[in-house]
Order: sequence, then structure tokens, then C-alpha cells
Amino acid sequence: MTTHADTEPVRTASSGPTGSAARPPGRARRTAAAWAGLWYALPFTALFAVFLLWPMLAGLWTSLTDRSLARGGGSFVGLANWSAMLADPAVWQSLWVTVLFTAISTPLLVAIALAMALLTHRTARLGWFLRLSFFGPFLLPVAVVTLIWTWLYQPGFGLVNSLLTGIGLPEVGWLSGEGTVLPAIAITTVWWTAGFNFLLYLAALQGIPRYVHEAAALDGAGPWQRLTRITLPLLRRTTALIVMLQMVASLKLFDQAYLMTAGSGGPNYAARPIIGYIFDTGFTGLRIGYASAISYLFFAVIVVASLVQLRLFSRKETTE
Amino acid sequence: MSTATTAAPRTAAGRPRRRRVRVRPGGVLATVSVLFLAVVWLLPLVWAVLTSLKPEGETTAVPVRWLPLEPTLEAYRAVIARGDLQQWLLNSTVISTGVTVLTLVVCVLAAYAFSKVPFPGSSWLFALFIAGILVPAQVLIIPLFDEMTVLGLVDTYWGIALPQVVAPVMVFILKRFFDAIPRDYEEAARIDGAGHLRILWNVVLPMSLPILAAVGIFTFVHAWNNFLWPFVATTDPALMTVPVGLGTVQGAYGIQYAQNMAAAVLGALPLIAVFLLFQRQVVRGVTDAGLK
Repeated sequence: MTTHADTEPVRTASSGPTGSAARPPGRARRTAAAWAGLWYALPFTALFAVFLLWPMLAGLWTSLTDRSLARGGGSFVGLANWSAMLADPAVWQSLWVTVLFTAISTPLLVAIALAMALLTHRTARLGWFLRLSFFGPFLLPVAVVTLIWTWLYQPGFGLVNSLLTGIGLPEVGWLSGEGTVLPAIAITTVWWTAGFNFLLYLAALQGIPRYVHEAAALDGAGPWQRLTRITLPLLRRTTALIVMLQMVASLKLFDQAYLMTAGSGGPNYAARPIIGYIFDTGFTGLRIGYASAISYLFFAVIVVASLVQLRLFSRKETTE
Repeated sequence: MSTATTAAPRTAAGRPRRRRVRVRPGGVLATVSVLFLAVVWLLPLVWAVLTSLKPEGETTAVPVRWLPLEPTLEAYRAVIARGDLQQWLLNSTVISTGVTVLTLVVCVLAAYAFSKVPFPGSSWLFALFIAGILVPAQVLIIPLFDEMTVLGLVDTYWGIALPQVVAPVMVFILKRFFDAIPRDYEEAARIDGAGHLRILWNVVLPMSLPILAAVGIFTFVHAWNNFLWPFVATTDPALMTVPVGLGTVQGAYGIQYAQNMAAAVLGALPLIAVFLLFQRQVVRGVTDAGLK
């Protein structure tokens, strides 16, 4: 892939991303030509610097100040925000909500998507209809999803409760109960986004050559054996990838939780994830210094989760 | 049902008759369960559409009735008469198209440089961008809003769009694709006297149409449905996108469920229509860009 890596003399540079100007490429005549590529990379680099790198660094600095959105300015307070954050029960409570949501939603989103893909792969004829039903919701804007599901969860005349009472079960106050609001949001999320994982699984299934199954069938393997001994093991890499993508996506919970609780975080903040707390601190409480510190905590969680998974999954693959 | 293709050779296993009897019910069971799942998945949408066709008085009737007694387009009329949804659709179209075009241009140029025209330090810069993939947009909202206030970009199209153009993962995907294009092609073009821009336009891009479509579709869907940043970056309802407008004005619609559902249906239509028209491309775009 990187066939030209050997032509780049900067591998050993230690002076940072762009600090290799002191390293002229051999022939002086070709200096201008050697830099031609920079012009092509420049527009993206500029946007990256202004809208990603700068806010990233500014956020780190802001987290060391008591800056407020109302007053502006703000003075240096050292690590005060960081130590306040570690002692703030609301930080840990919202982090717990995020982790709990991830633990509820990830297995469902992987298992249901896998079932959808396996079944769809078998029934070739209805392909377009199944893809539309399963993947369609993924294309809905989040506010459409929450409008529909808030309506479905409505007490009394909502569809979900009507179906429950219809089969003789008691009504559930889905979005008003402290114990049910997060599962309700998780169910909505499963409905909304399972289609994405479904498409990834379906693509992987279509990549398995048919002769593999035919050979197994010849050897007398039944459908169940073919599934557990051949298909699922062949999907292991895809599953690892989907689990990783899904966990990180679930850890980023905010939009649907915010909208389905009308921005309140639910009863006793039972559905306010860590990003919700960042949002409330920054835009309602206007304490952007403190909110920046929590943003960095969240970033650390994402990075650690990604690294742990990378470790776990790459180890699994080498041992098997 | 593709299982039929394995029918003949199974006699080798010595149970030709039993097999026929066994596979058919399995196939039927699979079809029935997948159809059941599909119906369950469609129910919320069907229910939303049916609700939107009811007069407000019928929506809260107990026990629940599926079909409207007196179907009416009154809810749609009311939503359209209010006018803000049309404005949000327009805003979403402008912003998503702008984000997609800008992303394609900027990321293609960068990926081309990293892949075909490396310069001193380019591998370091590329490594920095790769690290940028790890940064979730949610981490940046606070400092980015602070910065936008200073730049005077809050409540502008540019303020909503520009941060979404910074998609290092797209640079990565495009570079990987460009890397796979054999050097012979560019070298032949270079011998013919073509410059970098000519080579990009006449040689590399025509060979990259599938990945360009994938990146474009993925970016468009993402921009269309993006909520958090456009929500933070706009306070003026006239500049809101569909998800932000529907999300924040949701409360203002009050308890008019038929109108809520009519707005939801109208807000959902554009991407669903795109999907129905370009199903194959959308599926490929999402899997190609999503898998990498």
C-alpha cells in the first residue's frame, strides 16, 4: 500500500508534524517540486487546524481556567476543575448512565443485526423490502425518531402500552420511570441503528464464497452446524469490528436521550449521559472551563475503550 | 431461497429423502421469522403515518384504533401552513450539499497529496490526521462553540457546515483507495506531459468513482442527520436543520400528535426517497465507508 514510504526521509524527524523544513530533499533544484503536494494537502490541513486541532488545544487550556460563557475571560485555576470533577457525583452518575446504556444496547444491536442479516441472506427474493425495513430507520433524522417513539411510549393511548394492556400486562410509564427510561431509549436506539450493523453483516455474508457451504453440505453438515461451525467463525472479524464501532457509538449517547427527555435528563437524571452533563454544564450552567475538563474525561474514556478493545480483539485473533 | 442450489449433491450423505423434508421447513421458518421481524421494524413507521392521517381528536382515542375513521390531510396542511419545516428542509439541503461537496474536494486533494505527491513531512501530517479520527465531535462542542462565537460564525451556514468538513477518516479511506491505483498510470500520463492536477482529474478520479460515491453518500447522510453540532451552533429557528428544528420546536407543537407525526413523516421523506431511488449506491456507500 504505502509504496512511497521509502522515498520519504522524514521517518526519523523528531521536530513535530510540520517541522521538517530543515531537511532538504537531496537535489536543490527539485525543492519546489518536492513541496508540490503540500498545496494539495493545504485546504484540509487548514480546516483541520482551525476546527479540530485548535479547539482540542483550546479546550485543554480552558479546562485549566474558570472561564464562563456569560462573562468570557476567565483566570487560570490550575487543576481545580479536574479535581472538582473527580469529586463530583454528577460526573460519575452520568458516566454510569453512559456505561449502562452501552452495556444494554451493544449486545442487542449486534445480535439483532446478525439475526437480520443471516435471515435476509437466506431469503434472497425479498431483499429490497427487507433492506428497506431494517435499514430505513437508520436514515431518519434523530428528531423524527424521537417524535415517533415518544408518541409510541405515550401512557394511555400510546401504541406500546396499548399492546401491553391488550395482552393483559400492566401499563409501563416508559419515559417517566427512573428504571425504564434508559431501557426505553435503548430500545429506540436498537430500532433506529440496528440497520447499519445489519448492512455490515450482510456485506460480510455476501463475501463468503458459496462453495464453502456446499462443501460442508456435502460432508453432511446440517443447517445449524453450518451456521455455528462455518458462518459464525467466518464472521468473527466482522463481529469484532461491529462490536468495536458499536461500543464507541453507544458511549457517545446524547441526541436521542436529550430529545426523549425533553432536555431534562429524565427522572433523577436517570437518562443523562456524560455528554448530557457536559452540555448542561457548558450551555445551561455556562461553566465552560469545568465543561471542558469533563469533555477531556469523556475523551479519555473513548480512547481507553478503543485501546482495550483493540488489544482484546487482536489477541483473540492471534490465538485462534 | 438459495438453499435449493445444494439439493442434488446431498445424496452422498445417504439421506436423500429426509433432507428434502428437513430443509423446506427450515427455509419456511426463516422466511416467516424474517418477515415477522421486518413487520415489527416497520410498525413504528406505519403507526406514525396512520396517526398523521387522523383528525387530532382521534389520535388519543382509547382503545387504540389503527385505521383513521375519517382520514384527513389536515395535519399536513397545518404543518405546511406554519412554514418552518420547509425552511428547515431548505437549510438541511444547502448545508448537507455544501458539506458533501467541500468534504469531497478537500479530502480528495489531501488524499491525493498523501498518496501520490508526498512532500517532506507528509507522513507526519498524515499520522496527525489519523490521530484526529479518534477525537469524537462531542469532545469539541464546548471549545468549538467558544471559538465560533469569537469568529462570529454562530447562527450562520458556514458555522454549521465547516466543522463537519473536517473528516480525517475520509482522507484515510480515499488515500487507501488511491494507493491501490498502480503507479504506471500516472507515470504514463506524466510522460505525456500532464501535471499533478491533470493526473488527478483525468487519471485518478475516473478510476475512483465508486469510492467517491461512497464517501459522498456517507457524508451527505451524516450531515443531513447530524444533530449535536447544528443544535449547538444555531439559536435562530430560521437557520435550523431538520433534526434541530423538529427537535427543539417539538415542544411548541404541544400535544397535537397528528401534526407531530405529519412533521416527522415530512422530515423523514427526503432521505427515504433518496434511498428508494439509489438503494444499491446507498447500501454500498454505507458499507464501504462504514467498514473502513
